[in-house]
Amino acid sequence: MYAQMVKSDVPRVKGLDEMGPEERAFQERIDAGQKIEPKEWMPEGYRKTLIRQISQHANSEIVGQLPEGNWITRAPTLERKAILLAKVQDEAGHGLYLYCAAETLGVSRDELYEQLHSGKAKYSSIFNYPTLTWADIGAIGWLVDGAAIMNQVPLQRCSYGPYSRAMIRICKEESFHQRQGYDILMKMVKGTPAQKAMVQDALNRWWWPSLMMFGPSDEASVHSAQSMAWKIKQNSNDELRQKFVDQTVPQAEYLGLTIPDPELKWNENKGGYDFGEPDWNEFFEVIAGNGPCNAERLGARRKAWEDGVWFRDGLTAHAEKVSARSAAAAE
Amino acid sequence: MSSEWPLWEVFIRGQHGLNHRHVGSLHAADAEMAIHNARDVYTRRNEGVSIWVVRSADITASSPSEKGPLFEPSNSKVYRHPTFFDIPDEVGHM
Ligand SMILES: [Fe+2]
Ligand SMILES: [Fe+2]
Ligand SMILES: [Fe+2]
Repeated sequence: MYAQMVKSDVPRVKGLDEMGPEERAFQERIDAGQKIEPKEWMPEGYRKTLIRQISQHANSEIVGQLPEGNWITRAPTLERKAILLAKVQDEAGHGLYLYCAAETLGVSRDELYEQLHSGKAKYSSIFNYPTLTWADIGAIGWLVDGAAIMNQVPLQRCSYGPYSRAMIRICKEESFHQRQGYDILMKMVKGTPAQKAMVQDALNRWWWPSLMMFGPSDEASVHSAQSMAWKIKQNSNDELRQKFVDQTVPQAEYLGLTIPDPELKWNENKGGYDFGEPDWNEFFEVIAGNGPCNAERLGARRKAWEDGVWFRDGLTAHAEKVSARSAAAAE
Repeated sequence: MSSEWPLWEVFIRGQHGLNHRHVGSLHAADAEMAIHNARDVYTRRNEGVSIWVVRSADITASSPSEKGPLFEPSNSKVYRHPTFFDIPDEVGHM
């Protein structure tokens, strides 16, 4: 999931009878499946949690461009290059849809960037791993976009109107992302033994970090319970992870690949796979900033932002000059 | 320290014959740049044949707390709907 472990600031989930009239009316609208729109009354906790969740999501789309951008100039054919460019451009678009949804909650774009650059706001742990070979680009589309879709499809029904509408746009575009990734791998596994080994190596490195995308088990988390009551989260992390594994294993088999998990086994009773536990120590290390590429990713974002100051300022100055000139001409 | 570019609301006409519809917002230094950015952000898959942009600050919106007084007056005027009137079958289509 792109938003991992979003905190909600509430000690526990309140019952309807414990709420004041405004909050109760708000909760009843959510329970009835109505959308909440900008400027309508909402509890402060709902607003803050949503800002955190949407900004983490937006930041992930933006930072997520970096590992893939690494291969644009080295794509094996002109067609693959054009496809990857379009995919990465879509991710920029996703970030922009989401930032503007967050802004409707009263936070500015500059504040959102500032929080990303200072490390206060997070982005998904997955983008702190390196893209070492062309097969990694296939694996990211297949697994990372695949896991993102798993999480984003239910978010289309989320209670906050602008977020829900952004998710609908995003989901329409994501399926291309996953397919282009899988298509890269289908081609490579039919290639030389070295190419096929490259694909298996990419799967070995991306499998566990992809499972970590859903976040640690949250069945007992008060944050998740509150987010579910507010309908800004619909499924538990474990539910989504299970769905992802069940969907992905047959796809790996089709490619003739081995999932790097000795505990992976079909469980007839539950109608799904049993699988091993990701290394959560590694996950918390990456979240805390100690993953293989954290410094590089944030460094690239900060550099882009700082190197662009003169350009943004120049365009602002030009726009002001032009409008002053046309105001003078109108007098 | 630079200041943030203003926010623009984007409206797209999806096909000939349809109204422009609000699709989202973006930041741009001026109107021309807002149109170009809107093209890249909101019409990457032929979603539009025409774009409007307007400064968000220039939009006046009804307030959510006035929803009642603003829209209730039309609730009671059921005679504005054709189904309010019973016209005998013999009269034919009307
Ligand atoms: Fe995306
Ligand atoms: Fe993505
Ligand atoms: Fe994507």
